[in-house]
Amino acid sequence: MTSPTDTEGERPGRIDAVPVRHPGRWVAVAVITVLVAMFVHMLVTNPVFNWPFVVESMFQPSVLRGLVFGTLWVTVLAMVIGVGMGVILAVMRLSPNPVLSVVAFAFIWFFRTIPRLVLLTIMGTLGLVFREGLDLGVPFDQQILDLVGIDGDMRFLSFDANAIFIGVTGGAIGLGLSEAAYMAEIARAGITSVDTGQREAAEALGMDRRTTMRRIVLPQAMRVIVPPTGNELISMVKDTSLLIGLPLSTELFFQLNAIGARTFQVFPVLVAATLWYLIVGSILMVGQHFLEKRFNRGYGARATPTADPLQPNEPVEATP
Amino acid sequence: MTSHLVQAVNVTKSFGNNEVLKGIDLSVRAGQVVCLLGPSGSGKTTFLRCINQLESIDGGRIWVDGELIGYAERGGRLHRLKDKEIAAQRREIGMVFQRFNLFPHMTVLENVCEAPCTVQGRRRKEVEAEAQTLLERVGLGDKPHAYPNELSGGQQQRVAIARALAMHPKLMLFDEPTSALDPELVGDVLAAMRDLASSGMTMIVVTHEMSFAREVADHVVFMDAGVVVEEGRPSEVLVNPQHRRTQDFLRRVTSEDDRGDDEGVRGSTP
Ligand SMILES: Nc1ncnc2c1ncn2[C@@H]1O[C@H](COP(=O)(O)OP(=O)(O)OP(=O)(O)O)[C@@H](O)[C@H]1O
Ligand SMILES: [Mg+2]
Repeated sequence: MTSPTDTEGERPGRIDAVPVRHPGRWVAVAVITVLVAMFVHMLVTNPVFNWPFVVESMFQPSVLRGLVFGTLWVTVLAMVIGVGMGVILAVMRLSPNPVLSVVAFAFIWFFRTIPRLVLLTIMGTLGLVFREGLDLGVPFDQQILDLVGIDGDMRFLSFDANAIFIGVTGGAIGLGLSEAAYMAEIARAGITSVDTGQREAAEALGMDRRTTMRRIVLPQAMRVIVPPTGNELISMVKDTSLLIGLPLSTELFFQLNAIGARTFQVFPVLVAATLWYLIVGSILMVGQHFLEKRFNRGYGARATPTADPLQPNEPVEATP
Repeated sequence: MTSHLVQAVNVTKSFGNNEVLKGIDLSVRAGQVVCLLGPSGSGKTTFLRCINQLESIDGGRIWVDGELIGYAERGGRLHRLKDKEIAAQRREIGMVFQRFNLFPHMTVLENVCEAPCTVQGRRRKEVEAEAQTLLERVGLGDKPHAYPNELSGGQQQRVAIARALAMHPKLMLFDEPTSALDPELVGDVLAAMRDLASSGMTMIVVTHEMSFAREVADHVVFMDAGVVVEEGRPSEVLVNPQHRRTQDFLRRVTSEDDRGDDEGVRGSTP
């Protein structure tokens, strides 16, 4: 045994130690290898999979159209609506103005509570509610005009309700409103996570509330907002499969199911759907990673804990 | 009133039942450096924040450069100013915080240029050139592209000073700018403040740095429990205080200094 006194005079040098062994890991690797091999065996040999048909159905024109115009496009639109409205709702919710705050609360409460499938189904039937079209104008205009004895109305904008509440528009609006409610909570958490000193510093420089929010608070809140938003985006891709409630049939899952029903190849089309969702989800996860890095600028660990940390990171030489 | 850049009369402020400011009077002439001293909890920070409207006052009046702060007087009544008008008043007043509060998502240069560009709508190129000059003035000309978390506390605080100066304020407020710093970093920040004082900037400084107050201040105000106990030239108030509370405070502060010296001596002698 060496004791501190034995090494006196001769300073200890480079460490060359035996690493800790992990026999458990090797056992686990062996077990997992066997399980994976069994699984691959089943995938390859079980005729139910019918791989050529899986690939063929994945690239059917109707399926690709459903993927692009239903699944992906509605996801993009719904997320744009969701993120945009969500941030606005969060700012309203945190506003000192009680009217804005209550309105935002009521919106969030309603759309967080309604299941998306139910919401989309209701959206699809709103065309019946507004059979005459949807008009914006003075409330009770015809009743008022009747009273004074004038014919006509006081409406400024008219929509065809059937065009709004079904199809891609309807899907994007329905899913977007629902998403806005979730995004509002995420954005609120992000905004409140920013140190109050930041707002004070901005206001002390003469920025008004809007500029402070836009330039100082929101960019810092993004660090907290981006990761859960990535999860929301991936959820949204999956939830486009609910568009059938609207009903919108130009959508990946519906189209694959239709092929399955037509050809009696029920299982391979489910595998095809799974593969598409895996592909899209994986691409989004990669994108999310880079976005998170972008918004973490200025927050990483300090480069070097020296008095002059801006010098480029020279590798620290271990003094011999 | 016209000869004073800052004029506070009978300013009161409460947080709930806790009356923090109990009628503060303060006058600061243009170009003067005023140091606010006083024990913890005496209301120094609160008073400074009232001048900049980070807190609203309950009573009294504050004028900066002849303009009533926070209110407009019309038809014999006070009307609360709108957000935009408050923001406009704040542009004339720079503030440096104890904990720097630099914007962490922006580089040093972006921190300094942010307000002149977004608030005053000045051209980025021109602002950047001026910002670079300001950074050189506080000794950080070599770090415009660093992020705040890559700087030491003392460097961050000097960036904060440059950031406030970029708005060309008439008045600078400092709230214990060195008390979050390691002792060896205090000197650089105080040097930047001395330089600013000698350039003729009007400054109100809350500090526990007695040497700074003694050497730089034109006027020293001692506060305790929400009132101004004593004020005057540093050579009077700091050397020959008239009031018991001032004497006690100064004795406590200087005895802390002595203890520090003792330890230094003990440490160096084997
Ligand atoms: N936002 C607030 N809400 C409630 N009470 C507050 C608030 N800010 C300050 N106070 C109280 O006001 C009193 C004065 O605080 P202030 O920060 O002005 O003191 P100070 O003189 O700056 O002290 P220090 O030297 O410790 O910084 C304290 O009792 C504090 O608890
Ligand atoms: Mg304080």
